[in-house]
Amino acid sequence: MSATKLSAPEKTVPPRPLAPSLGAKPLPALFPPTLLAGVALVAAGLLYALGWWNPAVWAIVTAVGYMVLITAASALIENRRKAKDRLVTAIVYTCFGIAMVPLVSLLWTVLSKGLVRLDGYFLTVSMNGVTPSMDAGGAYHAILGTLLMTLMAALISVPIGLMTAIYLVEYGQGRLKRAITFFVDVMTGIPSIVAGLFVVALWILLFGPGKTNGAAGAISLSVLMIPVVVRSCEEMLRLVPNELREASYALGVPKWLTVVKVVLPTAIAGLTTGVMLALARVIGETAPLILTAGSSAVAINANLFEGQMMSLPVFIYSQVRMGGVINYERAWAGALTLIIIVMLLFLAARLVSHFFAPKTR
Amino acid sequence: MAKRIDVSGLHVYYGDFLAVEDVSMTIEPRSVTAFIGSSGCGKSTFLRTLNRMHEVTPGARVEGKVLLDDQDIYAPDVDPVEVRREVGMVFQRPNPFPTMSIYDNVIAGYKLNNRRLRKSEADEIVERSLRGANLWEEVKDRLDRPGASLSGGQQQRLCIARAIAVEPSVLLMDEPCSALDPISTLAIEDLISQLKENYTIVIVTHNMQQAARVSDVTAFFNLAGTGKPGKLIEIGETNKIFTKPEKKETENYITGRFG
Ligand SMILES: Nc1ncnc2c1ncn2[C@@H]1O[C@H](COP(=O)(O)OP(=O)(O)OP(=O)(O)O)[C@@H](O)[C@H]1O
Ligand SMILES: [Mg+2]
Repeated sequence: MSATKLSAPEKTVPPRPLAPSLGAKPLPALFPPTLLAGVALVAAGLLYALGWWNPAVWAIVTAVGYMVLITAASALIENRRKAKDRLVTAIVYTCFGIAMVPLVSLLWTVLSKGLVRLDGYFLTVSMNGVTPSMDAGGAYHAILGTLLMTLMAALISVPIGLMTAIYLVEYGQGRLKRAITFFVDVMTGIPSIVAGLFVVALWILLFGPGKTNGAAGAISLSVLMIPVVVRSCEEMLRLVPNELREASYALGVPKWLTVVKVVLPTAIAGLTTGVMLALARVIGETAPLILTAGSSAVAINANLFEGQMMSLPVFIYSQVRMGGVINYERAWAGALTLIIIVMLLFLAARLVSHFFAPKTR
Repeated sequence: MAKRIDVSGLHVYYGDFLAVEDVSMTIEPRSVTAFIGSSGCGKSTFLRTLNRMHEVTPGARVEGKVLLDDQDIYAPDVDPVEVRREVGMVFQRPNPFPTMSIYDNVIAGYKLNNRRLRKSEADEIVERSLRGANLWEEVKDRLDRPGASLSGGQQQRLCIARAIAVEPSVLLMDEPCSALDPISTLAIEDLISQLKENYTIVIVTHNMQQAARVSDVTAFFNLAGTGKPGKLIEIGETNKIFTKPEKKETENYITGRFG
C-alpha cells in the first residue's frame, strides 16, 4: 500500500503552498503584552462588577483569556503553526509564573516578618538572661553556633567527600567502587534525625550520657553532608573531558599529579558549587542538632567541645514553641538571618567559580 | 635525540577482544611514518601502544615487544610515565589545558611535573617550542591569554609545541589535522616536515594525499572482516606503496576500490 503511495506522491499528496507560511505577516511585537494588559484589565473590571474579586481567580481568568485570544488572533492573522507556538509559549510562561508564586511569597513573608526584629542589636546579643516574652535578646549565640558547627562539618566532610569522589572517578574499579557507590546512595537517604540519633548513641558510648556538645552536632551534620559532597563532586569530576587527562599523561605526568593539577583545577568551579549546595543542605538542619547540640542553650558558647550550642534553625524552633508574639518575631528574624547566610555562601561560591573557572577569552 | 622504534609480534587486546593482531615493523629515526587504513582497523590502538597510552583504558593490554632504540618499553622495570616523556603524543582534537595560559600550556610538561624552571629558562623553552610549532609570530604578544582563546588550528599547533617542549625523541600524532581547515593543515604538514629533522614521527591519517605528501614510509592496516582483528597489511616506502604496492588489498584501498 505504501509502495503505491510512494510511487506517485504528486497525485495523492497535494503540493503544500509554501508562500503563505513564509510570507505571513507576523503580529506586531507589542501585540502580546498589550493584549495581556487588556485582558487583565477587562478581567479585573468584570470580576469587580460581578462582585467576585479575588486575586487568584483574576490571575486564572487573565491567563485563560489571554491564551484563548492570542491563539485565535494568531490563527487568524498568522498561521496555525504560529498559533500553536503562541499557545505553548503562553502555557510555559503561566507554568513559570505558578512556579514562582511559592518562592516569591516565601521570600516576601520572611522579609516582611523578619525585618521587624532584624537589626544590629538582634545580631549581636544572645538570649542569656532574657525571659521569653521580654522585649530584648537576639540570635548572636545561634549565629555563632551555626557558623561554627557548619564550618566544622565542612572541614570534616569536604576532604572525605572530595577524596571519595576522586577515588570513584579516577581510581575505583570493580566491587569496591560499586560498594562505595551503594553506601553513598544509602547515606543520601538517611533521615537527618537518624543521623542525630546515631551521633548521640556514639557520644554516650564514648563520653557517657549527657555529654553532647557542638562537636556532636557538627559530626551529625557531616554524616548528612558527606554523601551530598561525594555525589556532586563525582558529577563534576566526570565532566572533565578525558582528553585533558590523556594530554597530561602523554606529557609524562603521573596520574596523581594529573588529578591534582589538571582535573581538580578544571573542575574547581563545579566543585565549589557542589560543596556550597551541600552546605546549604545542612545549614538548615534542625532535628539532629536538637538531639546533639541541645535546644536550650541561651548563652554565647564558642567552644565546640564543651556544653550545649544553639544554632539558627534550633533557635527558630524553640522560639516558635514558646508561642508569644515576640517569640514569633524572633523566629522570623532568625529565619531571615539564616537565608541571608545561605545567600552569602552562594555569592561566595559564585565569586570563586568566576575567578577560578577555565577562561576562554 | 630521535630514536628508532622496533615492534615485533605485537597483539593488542581490549579485555578479551583482540583489536590488533601480530604487528611487526621498524620505524627509522628522523623519518615520518604514516599509518593509513579503514576506520576501526586499529591504527589509533596500535599507535597508543607505542607510548603505553593504551594502559589508560581499563582492560587494554598488549603482547609482544616494542623496542625504543634498544630499550624494551614493556620490560617490567620500565615506568610508563618515563616512556611517555620519551614518546610524546598529539591528539585528534586539540586539547590545550583550559585553566592555563598559552605560556603555561607550552611548559605544562614541566609545570605539571613540579619541575622548577628559572624564568629565563622557561621563556627560552616557550619561545623555542612555539617557534618550532610555527606559532610564535601569531601568539608572541598574547602569551598570557588562555590557550582556549586560539583558533582550532592554532590550538593544535599549541599542542604540538607543548609536546615538543619536553624534548621527546618520538612524536606520535593521531589524525592531527582532521579537525582543521586546509590552511592550518598545510601549516601542520610543513611543521611535520621540519620536525622530522630532530624527531621520529608517526602520524595516523585518513587523508591519502597527506600521507603521500608528508611521509617517507607508509603502513597500511586493514580488517580481515567485521569482528576480526586489524592487521598490518603492508609497509614500505611511501612512493612505492602509492605507485606499485605489493598487495592487492593495498592497491584497492589506495585507489578507492574495496572488497
Ligand atoms: N576503549 C576501547 N574499548 C574497547 N574496544 C575498543 C576501544 N577503543 C577501540 N576499540 C576497538 O578497537 C578497534 C580498533 O579501534 P581504533 O580506534 O584503533 O581504530 P582506528 O583505526 O583508529 O579507527 P579510526 O580511523 O576510525 O580512528 C575497533 O574495533 C574498536 O571498536
Ligand atoms: Mg583512530
